[in-house]
Amino acid sequence: MKRLLLALVLVLPLLSGCTKKENEIVIGEYDSLTGSDATFGLSTNKGVRMAMDEINATGGIKGKKVSIITLDDQGKNEEAAAATTRLITQNQVVAIIGGVASGRSKAAAPIAQSHKVPFVSPASTNPDVTKIGDYVFRVCFIDPFQGLVMAKFATENLKLKKAAILRDVKNDYSVGLADVFAAEFQKRGGEIVADLSYQAGDIDFKAQLTQIRSKNPDGIYIPGYYTEVGLIAQQTRQLGIKVPLMGGDGWDSDKLSEIGKEAVNGNYYSNHYTTESSDPAVTEFIKKFKAKYNETPDSMAALGYDATKILLAALERAPDLSGKAIRDELAKTKDFPGVTGKITLNENRDAVKSAVIIQVDGTKRKFITTITP
Amino acid sequence: MKFLKAPLLAIIALAALGLIFNFGLNAYFQLILLFAAVNCLMSMSLNLVNGYTGQFSLGHAGFMALGAYFSAYANTHWDLLPESVQAVEYFIYALGGGLLAAFAGLLVGLPSLRLKGDYLAIVTLGFGEIIRVALLNMDFLGGPRGYSGIPGFGSFLFSFIFASVWLVICFFTIWRVMHSTYGRGFLSVREDEIAAEAMGINTTSMKVRAFVLSSFFAGVAGSLFAHFTNFINPSSFTFLQSVNAVIMVVLGGMGSMTGSIVAAIFITVLPEALRPLQDLTGVDLRMVIYSLSLILVMILRPQGLFGDLELSDMWRKYVRRSS
Amino acid sequence: MQDFIQHIINGVSLGSIYALIALGYTMVYGILKMINFAHSDVYMVGAFAAYYFARFLGIENNPGIATLITLLVVAMVCCSLLGLAIERLAYRPLRKAPKLNILITAIGVSLFLEYSGQVVFGADPKVFPEVMKDFVLFKIGDVELKSFDITVLLVSVIAMLALEFLIFKTKIGRAMRAVSSNASVASLLGVNPDRIIAFTFIVGSSLAGVGSVLVGMKYPKIDPLMGMMIGLKAFVAAVLGGIGNVGGAVLGALIMGLSEEMVVAYLSSTYRDAFAFGILIIILIFRPAGLLGKYSVEKV
Repeated sequence: MKRLLLALVLVLPLLSGCTKKENEIVIGEYDSLTGSDATFGLSTNKGVRMAMDEINATGGIKGKKVSIITLDDQGKNEEAAAATTRLITQNQVVAIIGGVASGRSKAAAPIAQSHKVPFVSPASTNPDVTKIGDYVFRVCFIDPFQGLVMAKFATENLKLKKAAILRDVKNDYSVGLADVFAAEFQKRGGEIVADLSYQAGDIDFKAQLTQIRSKNPDGIYIPGYYTEVGLIAQQTRQLGIKVPLMGGDGWDSDKLSEIGKEAVNGNYYSNHYTTESSDPAVTEFIKKFKAKYNETPDSMAALGYDATKILLAALERAPDLSGKAIRDELAKTKDFPGVTGKITLNENRDAVKSAVIIQVDGTKRKFITTITP
Repeated sequence: MKFLKAPLLAIIALAALGLIFNFGLNAYFQLILLFAAVNCLMSMSLNLVNGYTGQFSLGHAGFMALGAYFSAYANTHWDLLPESVQAVEYFIYALGGGLLAAFAGLLVGLPSLRLKGDYLAIVTLGFGEIIRVALLNMDFLGGPRGYSGIPGFGSFLFSFIFASVWLVICFFTIWRVMHSTYGRGFLSVREDEIAAEAMGINTTSMKVRAFVLSSFFAGVAGSLFAHFTNFINPSSFTFLQSVNAVIMVVLGGMGSMTGSIVAAIFITVLPEALRPLQDLTGVDLRMVIYSLSLILVMILRPQGLFGDLELSDMWRKYVRRSS
Repeated sequence: MQDFIQHIINGVSLGSIYALIALGYTMVYGILKMINFAHSDVYMVGAFAAYYFARFLGIENNPGIATLITLLVVAMVCCSLLGLAIERLAYRPLRKAPKLNILITAIGVSLFLEYSGQVVFGADPKVFPEVMKDFVLFKIGDVELKSFDITVLLVSVIAMLALEFLIFKTKIGRAMRAVSSNASVASLLGVNPDRIIAFTFIVGSSLAGVGSVLVGMKYPKIDPLMGMMIGLKAFVAAVLGGIGNVGGAVLGALIMGLSEEMVVAYLSSTYRDAFAFGILIIILIFRPAGLLGKYSVEKV
């Protein structure tokens, strides 16, 4: 009898939550709030929530309050698929903001596509994600572009001849950037002298770095996340390697300098925006973010914010709240003044925008140059 | 043909159930049901090794990965049969994935099953990790990007029937094996290896047989998983996935087929059932509750939910007690 | 040649970190014959205890011997209390249960610590306080020997010797060996197994505390899942050396560290973990009880 009760208690919550409130627009979001990618998921979530609070403070959309339901995917593909299905069928959300990792987007977006619910990914950079269907959008640039930007910068501005690559083999983002960088760098006459890998979660990289040191490169491309790059930079300097390190937007966090200390100074990474920008969209965002969360936003937070803003703008413009109407308005997004640049969604539903190269200098992020596609 | 009666009846019953679910449930519950079916296959097959034979395998996810990748590759690259009989083709590929996993199980099992207890656990864990690392580095399988665009069944009903067929095959195969001479051999290995050996049972060969059969169904489970999610990447097949399978077996009761099924459904549903809690607390406490309840179940009911009894035994006991 | 020596230094220093954690696994295994999966998460909690305590005292940017000793003591105390609590609440009720149950409980405790860590501490990585200043001991060409590398190695060797002394030369050590070989007979002879097991957990967990501070000092990034990978490697190292054997744990850990290093250096960095496990499997097939483990023939 006790067990029967227990089973009932466990099944009841599943059945609840089917009701839909009348004067509310519900948007769904899934993200890694726990698990090994949680730090990025939580960051994105902060950006999303901030955008939500702003719109509700100014009266919502079409006189209705906008609310958001965030579900956790624990960093697992099948959880992301289940969460998306739940958002669509149980909570009947009008649109979905996806998580960070491309892998999870590939598992979740087909579901949104088949239910004809618009899906906006803040930071899934794998080119295949938006090929899933015409309801899938993203507001970040794709892997090939970032790799390209860095290769261009390395050969033209830094005048590097020999580069080494240290990639995170567990992470599709890192592998994507590294592949494109290698191809482009060689096309521009450079030479890749070493291409080694690590796995996210490692703490010792000296074996790889000693190997790289023996090849004497002019620069090392490390397209990983700041969680590892801080330690890598430190160990690079400890081994006496003094060449510049380069990376992608995964570097963008205050924690990079806290972990890597002076070792990360003077290194370059490509990013969506610069905090030195005088663009009111950016300064306003940083000010508000600091006031709300008491920390500097990283690129994930900025992308989450932009994704939400673009979605909300489309909701405002759409004649009704059907998936089709929202999708059509999303596709029309043009020159949207986002934090991460002027965002235009092209016919492949990818964001077209320029990238900036940033140099790390203590807690400051020095703007070096803008590279347009 | 008498021996086919029960399985056929089971398939028909499950198909009828599927038809009801097809109209009675929304897509969310349907998806959870499909994941539960995959987990049932995983736990039933692992039960053969961990529950019945008393060996300790921590690498089940590796075999699942092999089946999943084989099916994914076969379905996107080969075209054996015409469109109209696609389900048959899926079935053949699932069989192929299972056979590949079984072969890997043989390769792993032959040398390592001489080891005992925790050492065996570590070796199987090691093999599971090796398979995952290898998959990460195979570019033609997508590496960390994974394998997307795996064709699915299109509708829940077909998926469910396909899963049911495999569930029934798995259940009855293991059931029949356990009630044959081999099954007695497996049990004797679990109860007392030395005594079994003294009785003339080749214990290593028994263990390998159990292991190979178990790997086969893990491969099939992987194949189903690939069809249901339409996307796989190596991070779906980590050490934690293997642990999850072991948890299901122990929770259900070592050596109880129906126990494994109930536990697999329970473990799949619990995290989903706890989702609404997140609205109340603001943070995701699901895994905290999950792990706490795991510890509590182990302490309060160490033999698992069912012990080594089956659902039918429990029912009989219940009837006897109440009369 | 220079690179080779550098690789050796790197490998030994990585290996000695594995050794510190592996010792804890081996201690508990030696006496209870159980894999204490939660050990690596006790280590994680130790790192966070040190982190918060340093911030509480305001000594996070104040490197020196005093800081090191304070943090070591804090981490050791916190870890041993946690280890004791885990033993008392989760493992003791299961003393008579089948091994697989105890293992699942250990995994449960491990998951519980990891996920409640993510809720309590936050999932983002934290920066471990600067405990000591690293300096170069000597330098030949490009090859440098750093003070941290030597410290970690020395600490793990000292810990190993101290444990050997504890187990083989003291009264409580004899009791531990008695409980290990047969708990019920030991209790007939006046040894209280529960007390001895609790003591073992205190020793093992405080070693995790030492490890957490030393690793934090060398790799100043801590997060709630930091124990997962290093714990797995350390555990594999303990099995490699013959689990339950203190010297074996250190030997296994050094082999593990060196082989990982050499695989990256001369074979392939992408297959590093696969090779590490491959070596383990090969050794276990030829020496089923690990390198230094004694293989006992089972008798009826």
